[in-house]
Amino acid sequence: MSGHDASGHLHVSPESKAPYAADVLEKLYADAAEVVARYPQKRSALLPLLHLVQSVDGYVTGRGVSFCAEVLDLTEAEVSGVATFYTQYKRHPNGEYTVGVCTNTLCAIMGGDLIFDRVSEHLGIGHDETTEDGKITLERVECNAACDYAPVVMANWEFFDNQTPESTIGLVEDLRAGKDVAPTRGAAKVCTFKEVSRVLAGFHDGRGDEGVGAGPASLLGLKIANENGWVAPSSNGSGRSDGSGATSDGKGSK
Amino acid sequence: MTDTLTPILTKFWDDPQSWTLATYERHDGYKALKKALDMEPQAIIDAVKDSSIRGRGGAGFPTGMKWSFMSPPDGGPRYLVVNADESEPGTCKDVPLMMANPHSLIEGVAISSYAIGCEHAFIYLRGEVVHVYRRLLRAVEEARAAGYLGDNVGGKGVKVDITVHAGAGAYICGEETALLDSLEGRRGQPRLKPPFPGAAGLYARPTSVNNVESIASVPGIILEGADWFKGMGTEKSTGFGIFSLSGHVTNPGQFEAPLGITMRELIELAGGMRGGKKLKFWTPGGSSTPIFTDEHLDVPLDFDSVAAAGSMLGTRALQVFDETVSVVRAVARWTDFYAHESCGKCTPCREGTWWLRQIMDRIENGQGTQDDIDKLVDICDNILGRSFCALGDAATSPITSAVKYFREEFEAGMHTPAHELFPPENSVLFPVQTKESSGMVSA
Ligand SMILES: Cc1cc2nc3c(=O)[nH]c(=O)nc-3n(C[C@H](O)[C@H](O)[C@H](O)COP(=O)(O)O)c2cc1C
Ligand code: SF4
Ligand code: FES
Repeated sequence: MSGHDASGHLHVSPESKAPYAADVLEKLYADAAEVVARYPQKRSALLPLLHLVQSVDGYVTGRGVSFCAEVLDLTEAEVSGVATFYTQYKRHPNGEYTVGVCTNTLCAIMGGDLIFDRVSEHLGIGHDETTEDGKITLERVECNAACDYAPVVMANWEFFDNQTPESTIGLVEDLRAGKDVAPTRGAAKVCTFKEVSRVLAGFHDGRGDEGVGAGPASLLGLKIANENGWVAPSSNGSGRSDGSGATSDGKGSK
Repeated sequence: MTDTLTPILTKFWDDPQSWTLATYERHDGYKALKKALDMEPQAIIDAVKDSSIRGRGGAGFPTGMKWSFMSPPDGGPRYLVVNADESEPGTCKDVPLMMANPHSLIEGVAISSYAIGCEHAFIYLRGEVVHVYRRLLRAVEEARAAGYLGDNVGGKGVKVDITVHAGAGAYICGEETALLDSLEGRRGQPRLKPPFPGAAGLYARPTSVNNVESIASVPGIILEGADWFKGMGTEKSTGFGIFSLSGHVTNPGQFEAPLGITMRELIELAGGMRGGKKLKFWTPGGSSTPIFTDEHLDVPLDFDSVAAAGSMLGTRALQVFDETVSVVRAVARWTDFYAHESCGKCTPCREGTWWLRQIMDRIENGQGTQDDIDKLVDICDNILGRSFCALGDAATSPITSAVKYFREEFEAGMHTPAHELFPPENSVLFPVQTKESSGMVSA
């Protein structure tokens, strides 16, 4: 079967079709069964299963495509068609760490473009390229829902807020040196691409309680409200909202 | 009269372990669920209808009405799918909410599922926020262990469980029918409507797709009452919402306020414009909503007032750009985004965004031609209203609005590159060593 060849989009190297070792395959089947069980219809398991393939192979391999097709009763063309639609699925071996610089408009203007250029120059690689040591894949990413912390950099999908070219170069150097690096808001350390892919397949790694609940920008409105004694009205109408001469000019009320 | 800010969902985000069940229960967590389980499902739908809450995911469709438009129960499964794809440029409210207070969403899902007769709900989270995924998985585990989810919720024989599903990077999956296709394991491409998801959604069963913040607002409505909710906001845009300020303000951040607060008030709360610079343009609801300028600082940020002023409240994603920024550069980058994210299903958007991109590129590089502006506007006319889904329309918003307010900057793009007119280093937040000068240019 060569659906992925026919699609013309997913170029897989011959090695990537080498069969899985028996023990790896056994574990994959067991994990896949767990994923499939989460859904009323098994095809829904495809996105998590592709994350699972990346957790083993570091990208979407030919054998991974065959595996998903077999488990879900799909053709390889169907699986490849899905794998090529989504940017998180990699078509060639990914580095141990994806470093994604947000270059959507707001971050770009606040410094993201410069950060990307400086890091790219520093590493000698461009977008979607990987350093020779296999450690870092550099990417431009779209808005990652953290604009109040611009410029934002994601390392294996953990937040690095309020970045500068120097801080991001420091980040990639630490990652290359094998040091543990803590994101601004996230787990105690950035896990590897494969580890994170396993989490995205829905296998919790027990790190949910690590890190902060919110960063300073997330808390700004709350802090100002607390300083001013501003609160939501209470249900019985006896809260400070009526009659307390609250500071509001009433714009927001009817 | 309500206070300027009304922390409700954000109220205890500063608690050291704000995301845990213990913290949530200390702040009245799951009391609304207990109350809801003693109500008839229809009474919950009525309360949500009565609150007049409009969806917080962008379009502003009344949540209660959406629920009551679902096909009536026929004994088969019905689904609630929470849209946690948050990828609209500028939008950054759902992600911090789920990171800091995931249980407000889980409780909302439990109540909403009970109301619409759903036993298996889904949260579709964008895949690029792994720690948020961990927090949601953890919250579901905790809620299940405490009996707030499972086969016998609250000991009342009600069945509700949640699968938290991670996407894999595609903005279009935020569009509700593309999301459903994606959740079914397909390429995320929008479906023809009708049938609407309420009739044939996930697995062709009656489905309600709701935004994170919409669903997280439900426990408050149930516990405090519809009148409490309506006591905030305006008559047609009731309640509160999280307003996300980003960009060139002194202190960007999240502000939970009654709908109807103004940008002038919000910028003041954010400490004014950075370095006393002048505001140039801003988006009220993300990059898909037509830009505003300093003329619009006093427009009440509610659905109808923003629409009357020519834009959309969208997701309250307030991206602020000061006088150092080239509007052409900003719009060109958004255009790149739409071209990149176009799913390719329909011709006006797939081809049109590609052409828009070529032209914006030329103008940004000072190589625009005489008729490029007309061509831009003409292509936008041909995309708007002719695309299969709202992404195509959205791609035209930044362009047509920017041409309307800043036409002369597009004209300058026929001879001068944007980076000469507006040196980018003046807009960045850190000092920049420029190639030409070795001196530090302070931003
Ligand atoms: C291109 C596109 C992207 C969207 N992205 C999101 C999103 O990330 N989150 C969201 O809640 N709604 C998004 N929407 C809106 C959804 O289609 C839908 O209206 C919404 O989820 C309904 O929830 P609500 O009624 O609670 O607002 C998007 C729409 C379009 C056209
Ligand atoms: S408008 Fe764009 S995103 Fe929407 S269906 Fe058409 S091609 Fe796809
Ligand atoms: S624009 Fe970079 S996180 Fe939103």
